[in-house]
Amino acid sequence: MRPLSPPSFRDPAPSRWAYRAQRLWLTPFVRKAVLKGLPLVVLAAIPAIWLADADRRAAIGDSLAEFRRDIETRPEFMVKLLVIEGASAPIDREIRATVPLNLPASSFDLDLEAMRQAVTALDAVKSAELRIRSGGVLEMKIQQREAALVWRSRDGLSLLDAEGRRVAALDSRESRADLPLIAGDGAETAAPEAMALFAAAAPISERVRGLVRMGERRWDVVLDRDQRILLPETGAVAALERVIALEDVSGMLARDIVAVDLRNPSRPTLRLAPAAIEDFRKIQTTQAGAVN
Amino acid sequence: MTDLYHSQRAMRRMRKLAMDRGVIAILDVGSSKVACLVLRFDGIAPRGGVEQMGALAGQSRFRVIGAATTRSRGIRFGEIHGMNEAERAIRTALQAAQKMAQVRVDQVIACFSGGEPRSYGLDGQVTVLDDAVAEQDVARVLAACDMPEIGANREVLHAQPVNFALDHRSGLVDPRGQVGHRLACDMHMLTVDGGAVQNLVHCIKRCDLEPAGLASSAYAAGISALVEDEQELGAACIDLGGGATGISIFIKKHMIYADSVRMGGEHVTSDISKGLHVPLSTAERIKTLYGGVVATGMDDREMIDLGGDSGDYETDSRSVSRAELIGIMRPRVEEILEEVRARLDAAGFEHLPSQRIVLTGGGSQIPGLDGLAARILGNQVRLGRPLRVHGLPQSATGPGFAALVGLCLFAAQPQDEWWDFEMPMDRYPARSLKRAVRWFKENW
Repeated sequence: MRPLSPPSFRDPAPSRWAYRAQRLWLTPFVRKAVLKGLPLVVLAAIPAIWLADADRRAAIGDSLAEFRRDIETRPEFMVKLLVIEGASAPIDREIRATVPLNLPASSFDLDLEAMRQAVTALDAVKSAELRIRSGGVLEMKIQQREAALVWRSRDGLSLLDAEGRRVAALDSRESRADLPLIAGDGAETAAPEAMALFAAAAPISERVRGLVRMGERRWDVVLDRDQRILLPETGAVAALERVIALEDVSGMLARDIVAVDLRNPSRPTLRLAPAAIEDFRKIQTTQAGAVN
Repeated sequence: MTDLYHSQRAMRRMRKLAMDRGVIAILDVGSSKVACLVLRFDGIAPRGGVEQMGALAGQSRFRVIGAATTRSRGIRFGEIHGMNEAERAIRTALQAAQKMAQVRVDQVIACFSGGEPRSYGLDGQVTVLDDAVAEQDVARVLAACDMPEIGANREVLHAQPVNFALDHRSGLVDPRGQVGHRLACDMHMLTVDGGAVQNLVHCIKRCDLEPAGLASSAYAAGISALVEDEQELGAACIDLGGGATGISIFIKKHMIYADSVRMGGEHVTSDISKGLHVPLSTAERIKTLYGGVVATGMDDREMIDLGGDSGDYETDSRSVSRAELIGIMRPRVEEILEEVRARLDAAGFEHLPSQRIVLTGGGSQIPGLDGLAARILGNQVRLGRPLRVHGLPQSATGPGFAALVGLCLFAAQPQDEWWDFEMPMDRYPARSLKRAVRWFKENW
């Protein structure tokens, strides 16, 4: 008689795939990848899937922007007033026109560097320093260009500072009679030299009418009575000082001279007026004893 | 021959790889059980970069971190009989051992007892090239050994130089650096059936593993069951396995002979099964619980219930006395031992200086076996158990695991097989880079 239930035979051997799976699981790299990499991937995948929807991304972006807006428009960060220091009234007006500010504005929205560049782009402004002070004040410290010269150019009169930068236009010479005058094309590029020449010409300042830039390379000093001192391209100041020394010693410029030509410094030349030439000849003849 | 030489060298490379990785599996494919150990090498580098015997015979270098045993299937007489079944058994053992070790192993060293091992003694001699013996001379003398006719489809499993002689001095262990003219060497070669080896390698490869070494289980059992002085002075190790009984003779720490008898414990079991008309599993149980080879008067009175579930009362309530059981077992055990005696006589064991015989293997646990063996094999018989190695579980310390433990030592010790020595120069391929390097080394 056979037993009622057949003996259950369970194969203790692992199947080939179970064996391979176990070996795979015991591989250190796979183990690490599954135990550490997989949870990380899942954790990263959940927000990634949630963010895959464009509407959700937009909503998050909006709310973030709103939150940022809220913080930016808090009264602590608002600028209510623009204070300009060191600027005269017309320049103050000009600056306010140049920098359009809708005050009150959030200090996060203000681009101080752009504003600074816009302000320094103005002719009359040498440098500007901007900062936001506590209490919602935008402070602008302006250093103005000081007009040092009047330049008569083909376009009209304008004011230059000591470096030759244009400061403003000028209606008439009389309104700034205190400033020396320069003229000629390219005069503004040699403004520092012109300043030095004016300083050197201080002993004869009451006679100096102005400087004329000749051929954009050298200066003529124009005195009253249509006298000119023609200065060389280089060493103009030294040449002028030499003329003034001569003037001191001999009162040369008071004589009937049209021009003192120092363009070649080794050979200074005087140009006399026509009447003076006649007189000079007579004197020479007389001194030579040729009596006729 | 050359193919096998190269495949053995490939296995040696695998073993080095495994040593570098630090983990290797040890597999004993036996007829009654398949056992697997996972060893971890603790990275103790050999001193001076030279392979040599470490402390405790190299045992301190490794630790057993995984062990598993399973009943074997598809293996008969120590040879693979059914590929799929054997593969499953190997897979079971390996998986359990890997699970215990929590590490994946890729290289495995295996041993088996079948394949009709045959021993050959070879000798060769050469003239030393320089004054002193160099590595190349050793390689040349090994290559100069004349190859006997080993028969078709036989493979060399072990080939170990057991003795070197330099001029008139013999018994040298390491002739390198010694001055002499004529170098001679004796080599012991063990061949097995090629099919058995190929089947085993195929099974291992089907388990996604790389064979890193093969050994005869008789040799492995000898390494672990013989103590050092027995190996030195000469002794025979009888590994009473399930399907085959391995014999290995050691002297001067070298194996000089190995053989196997294709009988073992399973034959005893099948005798009991046939004699008592009980299933094999019952026969195995009463053999292990009540078996013996020497009957006493007490044994006539000790009755053993055979049991059974045939439904027939007369059949199911049978019982036999222990004396009857011993009467069935003893002739078969005697037959095995007499066969062993015949093999030892054929090998000339009686001419050895020491007649020590060590019985090990699962079959050596039969009570009274030492007395019976002493009567057949000689007086100097003892029962051997394997060495204790680090981390070996208690369940794997019995004599049945002698081959397994021996294989651990085989893996840990420096190897002295022929293919572990340097290759002779003229055997290198003509365009080999190594050959060029060697030429430069020798000429500058």
